[in-house]
Amino acid sequence: MSAVMITRKVRKWEKLPGKNTFCCDGRVMMARQKGVFYLTLFLIIGTCSLFFAFECPYLAVHLSPAIPVFAALLFLFVMAMLLRTSFSDPGVLPRALPEEATFIEMEIEAANGNVPAGQRPPPRIRNVQINNQIVKLKYCYTCKIFRPPRASHCSICDNCVDRFDHHCPWVGNCVGKRNYRYFYLFTLSLSLLTIYIFTFDIVHVVMREYPVSHLSSPKEQTGFTVLEVLVCFFTLWSVVGLTGFHTYLISLNQTTNEDIKGSWSGKNRVQNPYSHKNIIKNCCEVLCGPTYPSLSSVALTASVSFQHAVLCLQKTTAPLIPNEHTPDDAKPSIAASAEKSPSPKEELPPASKLPPLASPETDAETSIAKDKTH
Amino acid sequence: MATEFHNLQELRHSASLVTKVFIQRDYSEGTVCRFQTKFPSELDNRIERTLLEETVKTLNSYYAEAEKIGGQSYLEGCLACATAYIIFLCMETRYEKVLRKISGYIQEQNEKIYAPRGLLITDPIERGMRVLEISLFEDRGSGGSSPSSSMSSGSSAR
Repeated sequence: MSAVMITRKVRKWEKLPGKNTFCCDGRVMMARQKGVFYLTLFLIIGTCSLFFAFECPYLAVHLSPAIPVFAALLFLFVMAMLLRTSFSDPGVLPRALPEEATFIEMEIEAANGNVPAGQRPPPRIRNVQINNQIVKLKYCYTCKIFRPPRASHCSICDNCVDRFDHHCPWVGNCVGKRNYRYFYLFTLSLSLLTIYIFTFDIVHVVMREYPVSHLSSPKEQTGFTVLEVLVCFFTLWSVVGLTGFHTYLISLNQTTNEDIKGSWSGKNRVQNPYSHKNIIKNCCEVLCGPTYPSLSSVALTASVSFQHAVLCLQKTTAPLIPNEHTPDDAKPSIAASAEKSPSPKEELPPASKLPPLASPETDAETSIAKDKTH
Repeated sequence: MATEFHNLQELRHSASLVTKVFIQRDYSEGTVCRFQTKFPSELDNRIERTLLEETVKTLNSYYAEAEKIGGQSYLEGCLACATAYIIFLCMETRYEKVLRKISGYIQEQNEKIYAPRGLLITDPIERGMRVLEISLFEDRGSGGSSPSSSMSSGSSAR
């Protein structure tokens, strides 16, 4: 008798609930509505293309060739930050598996005691003391977990996100723990780029109106310049304002969500327990903190991790422990084959090595042992 | 051969998953990843307290090392920012290196300490860093305590 291990590739991200879309084998993770994101791309790429096509040749010749070079670098940085923000996993917390959910439910029932019939059970809240402040952890009915501090459930993406800031339609994704710094750098660099293009558009118009050198070309149409100036003008107010707002939040180590809800400025005057009370330290923590791993990409399916665990146990205790997923008739044959063949543990791949944008290697192999009778 | 198979037949009933115990996160120091060192009552007669506490404390120290904000993390952050984070496509971050160490440590602990006692620890990263899951296996053949009693015996009071 021999057993044939049939491996079926199960893509981890395929099993994730929630309203996210995935591309490139799970490496790209975005919200469902992407229309505004395409608009953002169009505005940035369109305006910069016009700038490079019409203003840059003139300015490079008449002022300095460094101007388009710096603009190009700034543009590339803006695009990199935008794509990084949009495509990263913002810090989605995977939902609780059934056993964990049941365990939590039991704890809640034990804590609440007997509720008389007809009365609504008390809200599911857990109190935690952080830095001498009482923080309430709420229970998420969708994800069946007690949300960690600063996490919040995004109704658009239908996920709990760690250190939830806000859902940004302009980048087509939530902004959370993992991609907040990219979002901030995006707004900052976009502000700089907008100011840069705006300034040199004005310079260009002025230079055309009042030519300095007699060799300069005659007055040409500056229609596109006017268009760029308009776009930049309206963008400036919103983006620079947003950058300023987020700089303020970072210096206080707050999220947009907490600011809007007034978590730390309410009438009960609870202080922000996460702030280091030092602007530099707060900035460093948010911008130069560790790069957290994507939890969604590593969330193996229950059967796979259990198989793996069973094989660990197999090596040390009984030669065979069939798990709850193997059909009864396959168990004797597995017993025989496990004795003969070397441990099939090698077939289960280790955790991925590639650093992720969203999720790296997203495949898990579920082994389905089949029995071949001779 | 027949005798062996007969024993294996018996052994295939010998161990099965009874229940899972979850050690929750400890948020007393903020959002840093730490697990509670409180000993779950379900494991009272399965493993010594000191061993489990030692494991949890070591894991906590690994996570603290991964999330430490100091010279190395600043350097990594600034260097990555200067390259528009493209360097992360080729380089492994410090956190990922520590996660690999953690995974190796858990595997070693499982092989040496937990599996011989019929327990298995699941890497927290596979549970969204929310809980430290310990699976309890029981020897059904000898011993014979009912497998489902642990689930209904009530969870430890918080």
